[in-house]
Amino acid sequence: MTLIEPRVKHGDASDGTTPSGPLGREIVRTDGPLKVQGAATYALEHQLEGLLHCVIVQSTVGAGRIVAVDRSAAEASPGVRLVLDAGYSLMLRSQPDFFGNKPEGDDYTPFATDIHHNGEIVAAVVADTLEQAQAAAQRVRVEVEFGPVIATHDDPRAGHGNPVPLDKDWGDPDGALAEAPVVLKATYETPREYNVPIEPHGLIAHWEADDRLTIYEPSQWVDGMANHYATWFGLPFENVRVVSPFVGGGFGSKGQALPHSAVAAIAARMLRRPVKLAVSRPQTFTAYGGRPATRQRLKLGATEEGQLLAIDHDGSNETAANAAFIETLGIVTSMMYAVPNFRSRQRIVPVNTVTPGAFRAPGKNPSAFALECAMDELAVELGLDPVELRLRNEPDVDPETGKPWSSRRLREAYAAGADAFGWTQRNPVPRSMREGRQLIGWGMACGTHPVYSSPGEAMVRILADGSVEVLSSAIDMGTGTYTILAQTAADALGVPVEQVTTKLGDSRLPRAPVAGGSQLANLMTAAVHTTALAAREELIALGLTDPNSPLRDRANTLIIADGRIAPPSGEGISIAELMAAIGRDVLEVTRDTLPRKERSSAERLKFFTTLGGMERGTSIPKSRHSFCTHFVEVRVDEDFGTIRVSRVVSALDAGRLYNPKLADSQFKGGIVMGIGMALLEEGITDPRNGRILSANLADYRIPTNADIPHIETISVGIPDYDATLLGGKAVGELAIVGVAPAIANAVFHATGKRIRRLPITLESLM
Amino acid sequence: MMNFDYSRATSLEEAATLARHPGAMLLAGGTTLLDLAKCEVARPERVIDLTRLPGLNTITVGESGATIGALATMSRVADDHGIQRRYPAIAESLLLAASAQLRNMATIGGNLLQRTRCPYFRDPAGYPACNKRDPGTGCSAIGGITRDHAVLGTSDHCIAVYPGDLAVALSALGATIQTNLRAIEIEAFFLMPGATPERETVLERGEIITAIAVPATPLAANSTYLKVRDRQSYEFAAASAAVGLELDSDGVTIRDIRVALGGIATKPWRAIAVEDALRGRRLDEGTVREASRTAVDGAKSHGGNAYKIELAPCVVARAILKAGGIQ
Repeated sequence: MTLIEPRVKHGDASDGTTPSGPLGREIVRTDGPLKVQGAATYALEHQLEGLLHCVIVQSTVGAGRIVAVDRSAAEASPGVRLVLDAGYSLMLRSQPDFFGNKPEGDDYTPFATDIHHNGEIVAAVVADTLEQAQAAAQRVRVEVEFGPVIATHDDPRAGHGNPVPLDKDWGDPDGALAEAPVVLKATYETPREYNVPIEPHGLIAHWEADDRLTIYEPSQWVDGMANHYATWFGLPFENVRVVSPFVGGGFGSKGQALPHSAVAAIAARMLRRPVKLAVSRPQTFTAYGGRPATRQRLKLGATEEGQLLAIDHDGSNETAANAAFIETLGIVTSMMYAVPNFRSRQRIVPVNTVTPGAFRAPGKNPSAFALECAMDELAVELGLDPVELRLRNEPDVDPETGKPWSSRRLREAYAAGADAFGWTQRNPVPRSMREGRQLIGWGMACGTHPVYSSPGEAMVRILADGSVEVLSSAIDMGTGTYTILAQTAADALGVPVEQVTTKLGDSRLPRAPVAGGSQLANLMTAAVHTTALAAREELIALGLTDPNSPLRDRANTLIIADGRIAPPSGEGISIAELMAAIGRDVLEVTRDTLPRKERSSAERLKFFTTLGGMERGTSIPKSRHSFCTHFVEVRVDEDFGTIRVSRVVSALDAGRLYNPKLADSQFKGGIVMGIGMALLEEGITDPRNGRILSANLADYRIPTNADIPHIETISVGIPDYDATLLGGKAVGELAIVGVAPAIANAVFHATGKRIRRLPITLESLM
Repeated sequence: MMNFDYSRATSLEEAATLARHPGAMLLAGGTTLLDLAKCEVARPERVIDLTRLPGLNTITVGESGATIGALATMSRVADDHGIQRRYPAIAESLLLAASAQLRNMATIGGNLLQRTRCPYFRDPAGYPACNKRDPGTGCSAIGGITRDHAVLGTSDHCIAVYPGDLAVALSALGATIQTNLRAIEIEAFFLMPGATPERETVLERGEIITAIAVPATPLAANSTYLKVRDRQSYEFAAASAAVGLELDSDGVTIRDIRVALGGIATKPWRAIAVEDALRGRRLDEGTVREASRTAVDGAKSHGGNAYKIELAPCVVARAILKAGGIQ
């Protein structure tokens, strides 16, 4: 057969018009030149006088109790300054949880006495050089009383787990399933997946005084992290500074200070010297948790015509033996399709693993894997095209809350994606399409991500030469924050974007909440927009009222455009000329987007140091979500079972794109990660001792360039001012959602084999 | 990583003398040594740098055969037009191995000696038991996760797979390994683990690979290397096959064939039974697939690697068909 060549069609600024100002333009990232020249200083590259090196010692057993730690040989090693363990370390105060709630216990130590997972920190060594610390770390003798290890939820002893209060119910799912003409039941599983950013974790801790701590650490949330350290050491928030101007990726793993962070800060405090701690790549697999393994049982009931009658969802995820982590598996299931009868339950299954953590689109991603595979199975069962089945169940309002959508352009996404892919050419029969020895499969699936929002704060400074600075503690982990905030300020102020510089990633700057939940771009553009408009007003006011202003006593009709302040007709003067005339070096304005209400400074701070201020939709009159659909072609070798993704077309509704070029990078990055999830990535765990066997980048397989085909993305979004102030929706985490099921569905179409457990490797298709 | 002494050898004789000291290890490209030192598997007391030795990196391709200096990098050999034309399996095996960055550093001599990727071998802290690393301690892989372990040539002491690609191609092409002391046929160069898995080759202490010699044959000129794995690049073979094929003048009768397998055995694995079953036979898909089944005669699964026993004959068959122009 003839394969359809992909048509080149680029996503544009998404409001259908050429943007009038800098916002919405495809500007290259402003931090790019620094990065390609190696001039962007990452956390561990900071040079400090008298720096010592710290290496952590991790448990090599999966469970048990530490009987004794013998530090003597390590202490006697060359260059060693300090050996720490649970018995010899500063005791810290317990950290509050993400919502600011104080925990039960009062004390915290990062060093284990009871072992809950293989790789838990049991000791640490500080020495003059990294090599000395590494050598001494091997001489720490740990005597352990072994305990029984439940390595994964596949171990029958792990049981069914503990229910968590995420029940969702409406209608009568049992009754509807009993009556439904067509019922589909299936169980879907995803493995442990790890955030493996190119920049591994680590930090430099520097006590500048007994009560002043500076931390250089890659961070998705410098204010939240500063609060963690402040709480640990009983310091005022202002006395901790977290510096993170550049972050080499995080994918959710750099949102909080971790046990090794505490180790470095303790060592630096005890030695009164700056201490660097670099987590090695193998150590990262247990220094923090990635996405937990998940298991979801789905029952779908439908009419013969494909009208969904009921969804019954039961999900569980692995969690740590000593901590609860919930991967919210029902989150997509409950809002994607119109269904009159619904039930979702969730459990967490304690096993001997590091506490799992947030990994790109937590909950949403595995949730969509199960639902979107099940919808494909249902389409096959009904003999319906999978796009048509979805169209027949497209909900007019959010089925869970009954609220209207702020915008939901999934119909447009189906149309644009299917058209660009050539979907109508698809022969629905499995194994019907081939080229030589390659079976060809076409599959599709949808994804979605909620729009979360939190307040932000920003400072805008107009300088004497007319240039502008934007300052915020918000971070840029390669996503483009520097660039879009410069665009936003330029847009609101009326200056060329080249005149704006952005300073980020320092907790001394105006506050920002976590760069997570795909919220940062929307909330920070809102904060900068608000602040820049205020600065603009102030500048115009000065122009009209300052005794030395050449524009003094004009009618209040001054406009600023292209860096010039002018009456509606007439030349006007440049901002620099105005600043000179009125004798100002700088005009500085700080604003925030907190809900207008009197607050104490402690209450204000809580908005930026906890998740308490994150609006997930409950008090918003509309249901706010981004949407996408992926169309995928795979080629499966009929002898080897090897799968190659040969084509991807994704149509995405993420509202207005503040910089389509950078948004496109986020979309493509998500799709690449989704390909890894579908076919390659897996934290392989030894069932005997819970040790991660694939704890390196050769064995933990992420896609190489050779695994990635041409990816075409189409933006079908329009500005959604019910979702956010400037009309954008969630971008960063959207596009990974739905890729894995699209690939699994394409594999079924190619081979006739339905694989319900990821990753889909060659042996499952042989 | 422990501290070690470093010396740069100025002559082969000096290198051999230095290398005879216990605790001494040879350094060429360093891509294996540095990696293993970082994970505390290699703990050299002294590193002898061979990279400045003169005359060991030349590639000569002549009428009777090719000689590849042990210090030639993987990328240089893969890019050599003579090698590409007369020994395509060698060039292909190199290009499908490692990554571009590693190929630019790693040498041909070192490539033959690369150690297994068995995760138990590479993790002394987590797995004190490994006969290959610490003789007599046991095997942690047996009873563990074995997806990437060998199904052929294993013993009760070790089931680690030989990871390389080049040596598989060289086995199919009948290469000879030249050292400072002698010439060793590649078939005799690699050892099965048996009760001494720590000994992987016949090289003696102080013996240094100087070159690889490959005979020029019609079979070598019509050779190919097929590597199957989940990831398209930078992954070791789930199974691979090198095939050299010579047809009679009729274009369909197999005059001679040599086959070797990778990714499934404890050493590069000659499939002599496949060769014998096909020599003199007609090249057609049914015959080839039938004969290829014998490639895994005697194979033993350890659970997770059972798929290799099914996969390997398919890889052999497809490699033979590819060499025979049947795509």
